[in-house]
Amino acid sequence: MAELIDDLYRLGDPIQDTKAPEGPIEDKWTAAKFDNKLVNPSNRRKLSVIIVGTGLAGASAAATLGEAGYHVKSFCYQDSPRRAHSIAAQGGINAAKNYNDDGDSVYRLFYDTVKGGDYRSREDNVYRLAEVANNIIDQCVAQGVPFARDYGGLLDNRSFGGVQVARTFYARGQTGQQLLIGAYQAMERQVGAGTVEQFTRHEMLEVIVVDGKARGIIARDMVTGEIETHLADAVVLASGGYGNVFFLSTNAMGCNVTATWRAHRKGAYFGNPCYTQIHPTCIPVSGDHQSKLTLMSESLRNDGRIWVPKNREDADKDPRDIPEEDRDYYLERIYPAFGNLVPRDIASRQAKYMCDDGRGVGPLVGDFRRGVYLDFASALSRMSREAIDEKYGNLFDMYQRITGEDPREVPMRIYPAVHYTMGGLWVDYDLETTIPGLYAVGEANFSDHGANRLGASSLMQCLSDGYFVLPNTIRNYLAQGPFEPVAPDAPEVREAEESVKSRIDTLLSINGERSVDSFHRELGHIMWEYCGMERTEEGLRKAIDLIRSLREEFWRNVRVLGTADTLNQSLEKAGRVADFLELGELMCIDALHRRESCGGHFRAESQTEDGEALRDDEHFLYVAAWEFAGEPSGAPGAPVLHKEDLIYKAIELKQRSYK
Amino acid sequence: MNLTLKIWRQAGPEAPGEMVTYPVSDISEDMSFLEMLDVLNEQLNAKGEEPVAFDSDCREGICGMCSLMINGEAHGPEVTTTCQLHMRSFTDGDTITIEPWRAEAFPLVRDLIVDRSAFDRVIQAGGYVSVNTGAAPEANNLQVRKEKADRAFDTATCIGCGACVAACPNASGMLFLGAKITHLGELPQGQAERDARVVKMLSQHDAEDFGGCQNLGECAAACPKEIPLDVINQLNRDFMKAKR
Ligand SMILES: Cc1cc2nc3c(=O)[nH]c(=O)nc-3n(C[C@H](O)[C@H](O)[C@H](O)COP(=O)(O)OP(=O)(O)OC[C@H]3O[C@@H](n4cnc5c(N)ncnc54)[C@H](O)[C@@H]3O)c2cc1C
Ligand code: SF4
Ligand code: FES
Repeated sequence: MAELIDDLYRLGDPIQDTKAPEGPIEDKWTAAKFDNKLVNPSNRRKLSVIIVGTGLAGASAAATLGEAGYHVKSFCYQDSPRRAHSIAAQGGINAAKNYNDDGDSVYRLFYDTVKGGDYRSREDNVYRLAEVANNIIDQCVAQGVPFARDYGGLLDNRSFGGVQVARTFYARGQTGQQLLIGAYQAMERQVGAGTVEQFTRHEMLEVIVVDGKARGIIARDMVTGEIETHLADAVVLASGGYGNVFFLSTNAMGCNVTATWRAHRKGAYFGNPCYTQIHPTCIPVSGDHQSKLTLMSESLRNDGRIWVPKNREDADKDPRDIPEEDRDYYLERIYPAFGNLVPRDIASRQAKYMCDDGRGVGPLVGDFRRGVYLDFASALSRMSREAIDEKYGNLFDMYQRITGEDPREVPMRIYPAVHYTMGGLWVDYDLETTIPGLYAVGEANFSDHGANRLGASSLMQCLSDGYFVLPNTIRNYLAQGPFEPVAPDAPEVREAEESVKSRIDTLLSINGERSVDSFHRELGHIMWEYCGMERTEEGLRKAIDLIRSLREEFWRNVRVLGTADTLNQSLEKAGRVADFLELGELMCIDALHRRESCGGHFRAESQTEDGEALRDDEHFLYVAAWEFAGEPSGAPGAPVLHKEDLIYKAIELKQRSYK
Repeated sequence: MNLTLKIWRQAGPEAPGEMVTYPVSDISEDMSFLEMLDVLNEQLNAKGEEPVAFDSDCREGICGMCSLMINGEAHGPEVTTTCQLHMRSFTDGDTITIEPWRAEAFPLVRDLIVDRSAFDRVIQAGGYVSVNTGAAPEANNLQVRKEKADRAFDTATCIGCGACVAACPNASGMLFLGAKITHLGELPQGQAERDARVVKMLSQHDAEDFGGCQNLGECAAACPKEIPLDVINQLNRDFMKAKR
């Protein structure tokens, strides 16, 4: 193995094979479906699959594998599968149906997704995603998902950022909810039919690996506290993204990295952990009490104008009293061509610069004002109130409920917030991780979105993975069965169970001074400052030191009250924060090693003269897949970097441009 | 603002429960109701007392995880979920009582948390369209009248929170059930199983110890998603028809 680089990581062997079939890109998925082995229907019942997560990816996979006749065990930490975080997705889901005859095609959806991801995703997987997307719409409509329709009774489409065709299917501002209820109902049908067993309020805390293969999980019953062993022939992680490492994000409170991090520690590589999406239009932080951030749809930027005061002294003035000549419509000034409609990453970064410059607005949080105005005054002078309400009424009401201010009267205040994580467990073409028999689907894997995700394409990926891809690839693995049964008291099972129990005991016995939340907040602050919208070598090095000492303090000074044998929310949070404290360091190492800017990863040292992200294809045209390497104490040591070179055959590499 | 909270504490399903009084101070009106409880919990933790257990996840009013009877009203005084309720709806000096959903079908788990898995079982009994993955026809081969599609959507927005049950003196789950029957019943995709669905789901509803409906309308008044009371009429009509 190569030398230790900067004392921080080692270089391992490159990844050579992603298991994608040979041949033209259009034919690969058909070939894979044909070449993958089949499992005789009468044998499926005897093969069991554990699926952790009931979001779009997990619920759709559970339903489909259940229908096929496998024995599925499904887990989620909420009290019902229907509450998975996918429920909160607003805007819509893409598919290249070309119902509007505006020139859309599978190839164009593929191309847009690769370009949007700033050429950091794997061609073969993205092509398959685009190919499968149309089936998703058919499936969901058949289930009764009430997509928006026109007066002719046919499906309606809207357009979304970053593309020039209308290909987004939607159900008002609640697309995620409607899609998830569809998948949930399909899954519940299988629960009724007896093929899917459902375990709610269960948190997975460890993967069981026997003879190098994933054979089960250790889960905690969050009501009784019991530590349970669940064995199976294959394990699928559909546990969502890890945006909550930043403490404040648009994610649900319980979103966590525990499932994927525990797998990572057991040998699954983590792909591109530093790729994070920061969304420009969220309701800003109003005080130290804030527990989460709320997204305001990007569509508002069509009619709102973004500005900050020219003078710092005006930061706390009533915006209506600031005269026109004292306002800086900075996006219109800096980007006259795109104005308020510049891409997400640019809009986010510029808002940060304005606030760093002391011209942010809204309440002081610490010694800092985090907010810029999104002003509808000129739209209101142009259009009637009714017309504006028709377009944005429900968003305005939501904003008003949260802030107490009416955007029709006072300019809205917005600020960027962490929204999505493109990184995740590294998977091959079959969505299999580097642990045989362990699969990752949905936001939990790293595939498809490269360094930046386009709007409405996560829902597409989750359902593509769960309904269509995984069920076809996992059978290739399951066909090797029947598998040797694992004894419940096998040493690997015992070891996994013991490690979970001893971790819980440790957390409960430290009895220090600080609450779990206070550690989480501090970690989030470090991540946001140094591994957020703009990253520098110096900042990232500092962050790594800060995280290490915070982690050391956590294991010495955290206070978790109560006991292990009952519902204990502090204990649940403590376990999640402990894992975030390890992930945060890996994210910083990944961000530090990638000395280029791409998509959502902006390294200040790598920008064009006018401040755009500057990619370095010569040195960084690869996926960074990290292997965990532990110290003898069990603490994380210097991770090992495996590079998967990205080879573009169907698409020509270009520098992204918005000019 | 300073407030007095009276909160139901109960260590487990079998343990005795009681109302416990906690003062909280320096509450900002910009806080959500649940952030106010976060503040209380940090204070309790600092004093070495176990925090109050309550459910929440999205904190955006869409997942249906949060609950709470606030001063006797499900989700509190506004037409929204508890997580979207903000402290500006209260005044300095207020006393606020906070209790769990109370219904036979929703057994208590701990403090303010109840078990709503009965809703899942009602869905399992028939709250779906039976179509296996891969068996779906081309989406636009089917036309759906816009009014039908809109009503289906309106009733499909139910978040499964259980406020309707908590608000109902009989603890009936008919608004929840009616919403699902209407969602699928309005759509052409839902017709094949329409009769069987209502019979199976209603029978599961009754088996779960939900009460009967007397048309009191408390459910619709408490519903954060404004599911209309007439879904229960639709449910009853469908049931009569299925039984004929
Ligand atoms: C506010 C918001 C709006 C969005 N809007 C859009 C949009 O319009 N279009 C779009 O394409 N994308 C959108 N996204 C992104 C998209 O919603 C998510 O990426 C996607 O829903 C993730 O789905 P998933 O199935 O991978 O995981 P999730 O839906 O996050 O589900 C994770 C599941 O894993 C379970 N779980 C996690 N950890 C454990 C554990 N340790 N043990 C047991 N169970 C566990 C949870 O209980 C849950 O069931 C939006 C995201 C946000 C935050
Ligand atoms: S009908 Fe309304 S109150 Fe009842 S579960 Fe659905 S959203 Fe909640
Ligand atoms: S926490 Fe999701 S609806 Fe309140």
